[in-house]
Amino acid sequence: MSGALPTAGVLDVRHLAKAFGGIRAVDDVTFAVGAGELVALIGPNGAGKSTCFNLVNGQLAPDSGEVRFEGKRIDGLAAHAVARRGVGRTFQVAATFASMTVRENVALALLAHARRSGNPVALASAVPRAATSVILERVGCAPLAEAHCATLAYGDAKRVELALAIAADPRLLLMDEPTAGMAPRSRAELMQVARDLAVQSRIAVLFTEHDMDVVFGFADRVIVLDHGRIIAQGTPDAVRADPLVQAVYLGETA
Amino acid sequence: MTFASFLLQLGNGLSSASALFLVAAGLTLIFGVTRIVNFAHGSLYMLGAYLAYAAGAWLASAGLGGISFWLGVLAAALAVGVIGALIEVLLLKRLYAAPELLQLTATFAVVLIVRDATLAAFGAEDLLGPRAPGLAGTVTIAGHAIPEYDLFLIVVGPVVLVALTFLVTRTRFGVLIRAASENRALTAALGIDEAKLFTAVFALGAFLAGLAGALQLPREPANLGMDLATVADAFVVTVVGGLGSIPGAFLAAVIIGMTKAMCIALGSQEILGISIAFPKITLVAEFAVMAIVLAVRPHGLLGTPPGAPVTTPLPEQRELVPAPGRREALVAGLVLAALLALPAVGAEYTAVLVTDILVAALFAASLQFLLGSGGMTSFGHAAYFGVGAYAAALAFKAGAPMAVAFALAPVGAFVAALLFGWFCVRLAGVYLAMLTLAFAQIVWSIVFQWDAVTGGSNGLVGIWPPEILAERKHFYLFTLAVVTLGLALLARIARSPFGFALRGVRDSPLRAGALGIDVRATQWRGFVIAGTFAGLAGGVYAFSKGSLSPEVLAIPRSVDALVMVLLGGLNALFGPLVGAAAFTWLADVLPRLTEYWRALLGALIVALVLVFPGGIGGLVARLTRRAA
Repeated sequence: MSGALPTAGVLDVRHLAKAFGGIRAVDDVTFAVGAGELVALIGPNGAGKSTCFNLVNGQLAPDSGEVRFEGKRIDGLAAHAVARRGVGRTFQVAATFASMTVRENVALALLAHARRSGNPVALASAVPRAATSVILERVGCAPLAEAHCATLAYGDAKRVELALAIAADPRLLLMDEPTAGMAPRSRAELMQVARDLAVQSRIAVLFTEHDMDVVFGFADRVIVLDHGRIIAQGTPDAVRADPLVQAVYLGETA
Repeated sequence: MTFASFLLQLGNGLSSASALFLVAAGLTLIFGVTRIVNFAHGSLYMLGAYLAYAAGAWLASAGLGGISFWLGVLAAALAVGVIGALIEVLLLKRLYAAPELLQLTATFAVVLIVRDATLAAFGAEDLLGPRAPGLAGTVTIAGHAIPEYDLFLIVVGPVVLVALTFLVTRTRFGVLIRAASENRALTAALGIDEAKLFTAVFALGAFLAGLAGALQLPREPANLGMDLATVADAFVVTVVGGLGSIPGAFLAAVIIGMTKAMCIALGSQEILGISIAFPKITLVAEFAVMAIVLAVRPHGLLGTPPGAPVTTPLPEQRELVPAPGRREALVAGLVLAALLALPAVGAEYTAVLVTDILVAALFAASLQFLLGSGGMTSFGHAAYFGVGAYAAALAFKAGAPMAVAFALAPVGAFVAALLFGWFCVRLAGVYLAMLTLAFAQIVWSIVFQWDAVTGGSNGLVGIWPPEILAERKHFYLFTLAVVTLGLALLARIARSPFGFALRGVRDSPLRAGALGIDVRATQWRGFVIAGTFAGLAGGVYAFSKGSLSPEVLAIPRSVDALVMVLLGGLNALFGPLVGAAAFTWLADVLPRLTEYWRALLGALIVALVLVFPGGIGGLVARLTRRAA
């Protein structure tokens, strides 16, 4: 594979590197995610998953290398600028707007997507109920529409967060440990939502995950990081069979 | 600038820097460990000066002679340390887990209480201290006389810096301080007695402030304005140096002290044909230095960005903010009807009082917008109220018709908020609060110093509205119209997409950014909107009073608005109106009860913070919700 870059995708990450002090958190990482594809980024704790993620979505600027979204560079852009190009994301700890209802959360996401969230004259409540309901139904949160976000159970907050991320019609969805803290059944449900989205709307999905059932049950491809470097990538079966992956990662958790 | 005046101001600047450093070092040390910014730190400095005066005089009368001054300084510093420990144990201990808005407000209550206690004990006259025995002379350097005492103070700063560095890096106490500053969870896990550590650090910080105040006595008479002037300066120094960094505080103190001294040394200079009186722009220079540093390094020269957001959300900010319904519309209609009917039934005095309440309500509503919807803690909101008032008054005095002058009030405030807001929204939480206070103090000082334009401490008089509005009841109706419009607009903006985005940014900046909302730009706009409406209130105020003094933009007025908002509730729709009415009533009644009503107000704030953090408005909302 030396020298050969993966085929161009929705997301193209090339030779990405970031060091903190003397530690190379992300070291020469190159991969791509195509439309309609679910790619899992895995690795032991401290392997650089979160740093890699934050580099892709603009939370951090890389030391070198580049991140391209639909062919255009997005590395170094502010988080909101990356989002406006069509990149949605969810966080490890679900981030929602606590002082609003679930419906208001989604309405704000829709307003932001339409670049109308700066309007001081209109009413936020003018966002049609149908528009918010459609999105809530897609993640199975319709019954929670009028609930206060601060009162949601954690699993529900995670689903609402997914609703916020997809409200903006992203073409790339980044999910940082989407099922952390959820019950096993809810995990599968949430990942099924993500998979349906990827397939139906041709969204590229990149996610990190600790739960191997989720990874091998839902990912089309798996990228394994260790000490900031990619040590394997390929189909779940190929990665599972890789002796190096066995040694550094799967072996110890199996 | 002659060499002599340069040398003199060099000594002056460096010795001021020492005092500034002592105060700022204590502030920074306390913040590092307890995460509380002590607004009363300037008050402790003031107490140091007064107590040194009293102790020195008493010891001298006991026949101790020259040594009495030095013993007095030491006794005063120790006494202030003990007072600091008491404040920590009695008040702050209960607030460590509270949101920073309540912590800061509580420490401000201490400012009010200490000010009145000092007034009661020492009177309103400035107390001129003795010259320092043994150091009363001058030293001749390069043929120029420099006061010995200045040289002594110049040495004190670095000595304290070395002592503190030794304490923090080489002693067990220092290890605990560093552990608590860097990782609070760890300190608790290691079984360190946090309660004792916090009290000890607070006492040490207070001791340093007291020492600085006591040592200042031979240079500056003890006076009641020392508290806010000092704390504002100390905030500038800590913000410039980097909150939490003791060497940063030293560096910044020297830079700020020297900037001011050099302005004085420069005197009046011709630059490009324009004559600039540098001694009159010391505060502008201080602002310029701070602005440059913050633009380049938002967390100060030697500060590090806080690892996690420093803001603790108020519980109220997590509460659902319901859209106003029919009941609210009905209440608003009834209140408006009653207010419209007032001139017909009420006495003239009532119209005047209610005018005051309405102006205060609009001012408070603009702050509620900033604090509640924006989640931005401001201790300097009066700056925008005052800039609005002065803009209108100055234009009016310059011959503009009232309509034009009045329109300039929100415009002036808009410009000020645009400028200061750019810096403020780069910071969050306590950093933001300190910066707003520092800016407000600078605006106050400019108005206070710039005699030729603003009338200085005398202010401006004769700002009376034209004939149609000269009648009190007519002016009342004008006020009612402006304030109703202002309140309605603010309430509407809060329900607009922008209002939601602002609240969204407050609730979760991460999520807002991930949705494509520009967090900083949104906060900046929110800051500017709040400032503009405060300016509108200021414009009405200027014409309602007919005269203005720098009091309208002083820090206590910012805190008045804060108390109104806390009284009314951060999220309550009618909170500003309720809070303004309650506060204006209190401000009318309390001074008739006692000369020391500010202290009573302080006690009330403490009670409010400790017992009813939701305010009257929150309490009513909770009760009606329970009833419904």
